Amino acid sequence: MAAPLTLLLIVAVTIRAVLFRSSWAELISERVEVVSPLNAWKRVVEGLALLDLGVSPYSGDVFHETPFMIYLFHFVVDYAEIVFMVTDGITAVALYLSIQTYNKNVFRKQKYALESDRYPADCLELLRSPKEMFYIPLKVAMFYLLNPFTILSCVAKSTCGLNNAIIALFILCTLKGSALLSGILLALATYQSIYPLTLFAPALLFFLQRLYIPVNLRRSSFWFFTLQYAFIYVGSLVVITGLSFFLLGSWDFIPSVYGFIFSVPDLTPNIGLFWYFFAEMFEHFRLFFICVFQINVFFYTIPLSIKLKEHPVFLIFMQIAIISIFKSYPTVGDVALYMAFLPAWSHLYRFLRNIFLVSCVLLACSALFPVLWHLWIYAGSANSNFYYAITLLFNFGQVKSLNLISHFT
Amino acid sequence: MGLLSDPSRRKVLTGLLTRLNTPICIVCYLAGIVWFMGLAFEPFTLRTYMSENAMGSTMVSSGERALSLAKEFDAHKRQAYDGMPVEWLVKAMQSRGLEVFTQSFSRKLPFPDENKERYMVRGTNVYGILRAPRAPRTEALVISAPCSPGDSNNQAVGLLLALAQYFRNQVYWAKDIIFLVNEHDLMGTQAWLEAYHHTNITGMEYSPLQGRAGSIQAALSLELSSDVITSLDLILEGLNGQLPNLDLANLFYAFCQKLGVLCTIQGKLQRNDWDTAEGYTHAAQTMMLMVLKQACGRSWGDHGLFLRYHIEAASVRGINSFRHYKTDAATIGRLLEGMVRKLNNLLERLHQSYFFYLLPSLSRFVSIGCYMLAFGLLVVILLLRALDLWVHLGAPALAAVEGVTEAQQPSGPGVLTVLTPVVISHLTGVALYLLPVHLQEMAVEHFPVSETEAVVLTAVAIYTAGLALPHNTQRLLSGEGTEQGWKVLKLTALLYLAVLLGCTALINFSLGFILAVTLVPITASMTPHMPKALSALVMVLLSPAFTVLYCVFIYQELIEAPVSVSEGWMLFLSVISQGILDHALYGSLVYPLLALFIYPCWLMFWNILFWS
Repeated sequence: MAAPLTLLLIVAVTIRAVLFRSSWAELISERVEVVSPLNAWKRVVEGLALLDLGVSPYSGDVFHETPFMIYLFHFVVDYAEIVFMVTDGITAVALYLSIQTYNKNVFRKQKYALESDRYPADCLELLRSPKEMFYIPLKVAMFYLLNPFTILSCVAKSTCGLNNAIIALFILCTLKGSALLSGILLALATYQSIYPLTLFAPALLFFLQRLYIPVNLRRSSFWFFTLQYAFIYVGSLVVITGLSFFLLGSWDFIPSVYGFIFSVPDLTPNIGLFWYFFAEMFEHFRLFFICVFQINVFFYTIPLSIKLKEHPVFLIFMQIAIISIFKSYPTVGDVALYMAFLPAWSHLYRFLRNIFLVSCVLLACSALFPVLWHLWIYAGSANSNFYYAITLLFNFGQVKSLNLISHFT
Repeated sequence: MGLLSDPSRRKVLTGLLTRLNTPICIVCYLAGIVWFMGLAFEPFTLRTYMSENAMGSTMVSSGERALSLAKEFDAHKRQAYDGMPVEWLVKAMQSRGLEVFTQSFSRKLPFPDENKERYMVRGTNVYGILRAPRAPRTEALVISAPCSPGDSNNQAVGLLLALAQYFRNQVYWAKDIIFLVNEHDLMGTQAWLEAYHHTNITGMEYSPLQGRAGSIQAALSLELSSDVITSLDLILEGLNGQLPNLDLANLFYAFCQKLGVLCTIQGKLQRNDWDTAEGYTHAAQTMMLMVLKQACGRSWGDHGLFLRYHIEAASVRGINSFRHYKTDAATIGRLLEGMVRKLNNLLERLHQSYFFYLLPSLSRFVSIGCYMLAFGLLVVILLLRALDLWVHLGAPALAAVEGVTEAQQPSGPGVLTVLTPVVISHLTGVALYLLPVHLQEMAVEHFPVSETEAVVLTAVAIYTAGLALPHNTQRLLSGEGTEQGWKVLKLTALLYLAVLLGCTALINFSLGFILAVTLVPITASMTPHMPKALSALVMVLLSPAFTVLYCVFIYQELIEAPVSVSEGWMLFLSVISQGILDHALYGSLVYPLLALFIYPCWLMFWNILFWS
């Protein structure tokens, strides 16, 4: 399967290169749906300029990236476009390999279950053959690389692509069974934006399932492995944070990055739910609602982990989707990451009852975002309510599609 | 959604949908058209009212000598070979106590404009700023008059200067007033606005403005070509169908009534007999004229370019027709002074009244909440058809749950058969957009035509060449699953058209509605199983190009200047060239929309018709 994948990578790189060289690149890098205050390229450039001047990049409340990012771009800022294209390629290949491994696991489990005669007769047509599943990893890679959301995110040079790459590599390491690498990559992903913390639970469940350790709170083997994994994760996180301190020589980055993500001071419109709400909030309720909104992101882990403990990969997908809907500064790059997983369960599409309506809603909303932005900001005929209506509808469509997809289990 | 997730109820619903699809579509289409035509019926409209409280009552007085200034301007204009008499204007404005500045601009058009006979345009704008005596210089109002060659608009410039002199002596101005005389009408205004707002969206070269006055709250553009006029026409339609706030039109109408000046809209006077057939026809004609003017996306007065910068602007044109009651320049001066005083009182930009409306007459309006339903009924047809196709496409898959048959996936190898027509149609659209202007030199070398004719005829040629496409794309496809293939293509194309028309209607309702009226019936009913020759003819007759042709003929009928077929054809060609020029010069979106999106969509349906 190397040849089609290479072809796909070449096509994807060509599209991105063409767009980088056209006049659209400027326009796209200013769209609020594609870049947010957390991952805009303009802000990275600003932080680099401040760093060159010897001032802390976090002064002035413009730059909200982690110190690793600044130092990475300090060295590769001249080749930024290539870096982002390569990142997209890495994500696609990581997703390809992960889904391949996942399919192998699923197929093996299916074979064992079939041999031990555990399937009722009318489920037989749901069984998958290797022939059907052969093209799925390629489709996953295609869904990621040729998704307009990903292309827009790459052309805008939004660092969301890098975050997606880290999460994709984390998924690959988890599926391959390497707890150490998985813990380190998860720590890196958490270090970048705090929300991947919720992926700890599905990764842990996957390893427990893989090592045949039953999820029973009374068993010592369960606690032993959990503590090991947690130690790797927390240890890597501490080491990474410490390294960041030594890179820049101060703890400035903690309030600027994590404080910014949690307290949501910047209310630039985006495709998320926070901005409009907090623009109208009275000051003395602000802390309460910040807590409510942020707990919303983390809270679904508990019931979902309990319900989906037999299907940890599906749980990872659901978690990523929930993060990208409810996080404080979502962009379309986050949406593209979880959309890439959809072909992995393509044999179950016939059970998606209202998928037509939901996908029409998502498509129409994506088309209406720039139209209503234009009417609000440039023509002055609309106002923020119109734009927030489309945001709400878009998020409603996403939640509804998650709802439908959760019927798979 | 218990209704949709319960399987038995779902089957009933989908069965209903399949059986009643065509009748519901026909009913929706007729309802949409009838609703739209009914919008002009007076009991369904609302009376206009002033929404902005800051524009309260003001006192208005008189005194100008506009006409002698107009004659002087005319004389100096002739001396300057119909160009702009810059020095005289500068002196005249300076002697009236304004701060005067000039701005030069130049632009090479992509091809010669045969209507206005220009190709390489160079001009100068002259503007004077009347500083508000006691206010901070944060806001401004603009009064502009275009300097046109020949006899037109002299009186407008004269009135402008007289107003400037009168305004100078008043102390109640809270905003700076800019008196702008622009050359080459829309191009001068565009250069001035771009320089004022420090943008360059159309590639014009201009010298930067030396003097500035704060953010512009409102603008008025005057066009007066005769000493006495019988009525004033209000022009509201701006670039891309954008309209100023309705309060500006209400203000104008209120002042006209107060001073006893006849005012018209679309050149038509209001009638009081709404319950007769003639009265209704009159209102419907006025509304249709507004819809046609809005749909073509060009700016019908110099004010149209201000709207893009969120500056409410309107044009006032004086008309001299055969009536007994004539108004002189003094009354018009009082009218303008009253309007400017009211605008002076604004605390914030006009935003209280409607931005989206249709005017069957000056005292009645239809708001977006009423007219959008007509459009919605038309788009619902597309969505119903798409739903029907989805149900049909999913039906073999649902049947497989009972039996052990292979499930048909709509995505998969089917995507490739859909992708080829989509890509080829869009490439043709890109060719239609780019090639006419780029290939004009080559065309002029090989054929005995002028550049403008070359551009327009290339566009028509590419459009017609697209009709031959289906016979070529079919050879590229492997032709697998043909029944499935055209249904998937039609589903994609219907959803694409629905989203496209929806986005268009939000920005420019008239354009979206007119396109919907002609495109929806053919696209909803198109299948490969219909009689090929007849449906091909109907499809071509309702294609976007012919829609434009019909609009040209209907427009000429409505302005009571009907044309013969050959004249109409020439007018149609000039409309195409104007559309391309408007896009290049001012950023009008009609030509790119038609070439890059609507035409490829229509081509996809043409492809479906010839699906083998």
